[in-house]
Amino acid sequence: MKLLQDILVIDFSQFLSGPSASLCLADFGADVIKIEKPGTGDICRELYVSDVMIDGESSIFHAINRNKKSYAADLKNAADVARLKQLIQKADVVMHNFRPGVMERLGFDYDSVKKINPNVIYAQISGYGEDGPWKHLPGQDLLLQSLSGLAWLNNSSHANPTPMGVSVVDMLAGAHVAQGIMALLYRKGVTGEGGSIQVSMLESALDFQFEVLTCYFNDGGQLPQRSAVNSGHAYVAAPYGIYKTKDDYIALAMADILQLGDLIGCDDLAAFTDRKDWFEKRDEIKTCLAHHLLHHTTTHWLEILEPAGVWCSKVLDYEQLTSEEGYQALNMEVVVKTSNGISVKTTRCPVRVDGELLVNERGAPALGEHNSEIDELFEIASKKEIVDLNSSI
Amino acid sequence: MFLPLKGLLVVEFSQYLSGPSAGLRLADLGARVIKIERPGSGDPCRKLAVKNLWLGDDALNFHAINRGKESFAADLKNEADREAVKKILAKADVVTHNFRPGVMERIGLAYSDVKSINERIVYAEITGYGKKGPWKNKPGQDLLIQSLSGLAYTTGDDGEGPMPFGLSIVDSICGIHAVQGILAALIRRQKTGLGAFVELSLLESGLSFQFELLTTHYHSRQSIKRSKVSNGNPLLGAPYGIYKTKDGYIALAMMSMPLLQEALGIASLGNYAPADVFEKRDEIKSIIAEQLLVKETAFWLQRLMALGLWASEVHNWDTLTQTPLYKSTGMESKIAANGDKSFTTTRCPIRIDGKAVGAKLAAPELGEHTEKIKEELLS
Repeated sequence: MKLLQDILVIDFSQFLSGPSASLCLADFGADVIKIEKPGTGDICRELYVSDVMIDGESSIFHAINRNKKSYAADLKNAADVARLKQLIQKADVVMHNFRPGVMERLGFDYDSVKKINPNVIYAQISGYGEDGPWKHLPGQDLLLQSLSGLAWLNNSSHANPTPMGVSVVDMLAGAHVAQGIMALLYRKGVTGEGGSIQVSMLESALDFQFEVLTCYFNDGGQLPQRSAVNSGHAYVAAPYGIYKTKDDYIALAMADILQLGDLIGCDDLAAFTDRKDWFEKRDEIKTCLAHHLLHHTTTHWLEILEPAGVWCSKVLDYEQLTSEEGYQALNMEVVVKTSNGISVKTTRCPVRVDGELLVNERGAPALGEHNSEIDELFEIASKKEIVDLNSSI
Repeated sequence: MFLPLKGLLVVEFSQYLSGPSAGLRLADLGARVIKIERPGSGDPCRKLAVKNLWLGDDALNFHAINRGKESFAADLKNEADREAVKKILAKADVVTHNFRPGVMERIGLAYSDVKSINERIVYAEITGYGKKGPWKNKPGQDLLIQSLSGLAYTTGDDGEGPMPFGLSIVDSICGIHAVQGILAALIRRQKTGLGAFVELSLLESGLSFQFELLTTHYHSRQSIKRSKVSNGNPLLGAPYGIYKTKDGYIALAMMSMPLLQEALGIASLGNYAPADVFEKRDEIKSIIAEQLLVKETAFWLQRLMALGLWASEVHNWDTLTQTPLYKSTGMESKIAANGDKSFTTTRCPIRIDGKAVGAKLAAPELGEHTEKIKEELLS
């Protein structure tokens, strides 16, 4: 039995944060139905989020929405609203990531949904909280990275604040809301009652920084000082970072500077006998290392350092990565198929359960693809109404 | 409020960040978490202080990661200690560990061993690179996984070297995935009585984190290029990124070019077609970067916001913590402890039934709860 078998999730969310949460739930076996606006659907289907298209929709949309169903419904149309309410009566989970106030206006806020489904689990993701002073600002990943201090943790000290190049705040907020939903599904199994989950992208971005914010709260409020040289982590001592070699790059994590100097024949490092200096004089140490490592190839250094147990690695881009045996051994790639017969290669759920990969071959849905199936399955409308509905889309 | 995981017992063999961050979240959601630690040294994270910051004998970051947990000291190579641990495991709901492959097998605490004394156990195991393939015995460390997984080529500008995220993203994401797998398995157990073996690796979590980029790479078969100018996300077109202004910085997300042209007063932006935001990304971003240097952040923000464009200032923690917004989140949480070991940290980011949740207790001293747990669970 799948972990979340027979759990029905009604997902109103768009873009990445909410949909990445429902992707996780779908991977564990839940039935996820996307509620989408007729005509346009999830805005993530559109071109401007990426210029790589698959079957007329963005590659990103296909990655985020595999293994889900799509139900087109106009939340401002009375007949559609009536159908949705019938569907919501059968749901275990209802989730959305609209800005605060939108679901209230549409009549699908927690209190309204609870009236038609008293034990529902209702989850919402906002940018900045439900009632904070910025609640109307767009909850967008780069803006959250910029506002939460995250951009000041990357790159070297001379550089502009630099965002992380993946939509990390969206992904974390989605992951947190998935955790909250599953925790409440478990509680419901104990108490029989539902509940609500709220996550904001800002809180998720702060949680992500919990270790270093804890330093800031307790060290007299010192801002992070990025290393001037080959910065890897503002709070970690030398040699932590990525260095250029004669032919490529090498990553060095935490290491004993004296041992490292000895192994690679960098005599200047022998002077740093006080471990405290490995943090306080890290720029000096890292400058020595950066010059020295240029003299030989990555393979040369790895052959010296790996057998000695030093934490080091080569640095790969996607082309190099995907040709590595270590990558291929994971079977991380999965091919899903859309109902149009389009095959899309993407990554699978990273969790294995009872020794099995969690893989489902269903691709992302076309907009409104499952309206009649869902209406029939949940006995939502008469056959005539289904025909009327389909002709209006 | 009834905390969702109240009554559940989690036994944590995990060390450092990935597994312990999962334990922290389970504790915040109401579970009782017991760390099993080696006598004398304990979780090596106790001695791995970032920025040389300490609280008592332990690293400040250890306190942040392990608040709200208990500590049971046991030498897993000692027969009597191992038997004591097995008695705890017999009563546990969840186990986590992040030892390298083979370690738990050698000491007789692999999934099959624990299952034989507790059939309902949900056993979560985190490795660095999975359990087969040529990388399986490499050290599972965050920066190394960032470097191997392609992640270091997503951040910073094209033309610069590969650049890691300045936080332990892979550890954090893998800990999050572990919590998800554990919770999903507990939900199934509730219905069926079945336990589960939940396996994760830092590398798979690091790859899954890049699923948008990797899917795009698989499809386009081209390498994903960072922008040469103010790279914000390799997949996204101009103007996405952070730029310098006359007095600071400004972030510009995705937005309409004609409106941006109007806000910044750059006539030449009108010469570009919509597809050019991808194809001529660096050229367009260079023009924008030059213009933004002319005026202050507040000036530009006012103009951009007036047109409804997605832009923001760039805060550091000093300016962020002064905003009413930050204060309204109530993310700071004071953890009271004996002596001078009280500290402030962040709370769990999940609100349940409208309320912030989270363990308010301190991190344990090594072996602090050994006697208490022996009396309670082993007698």
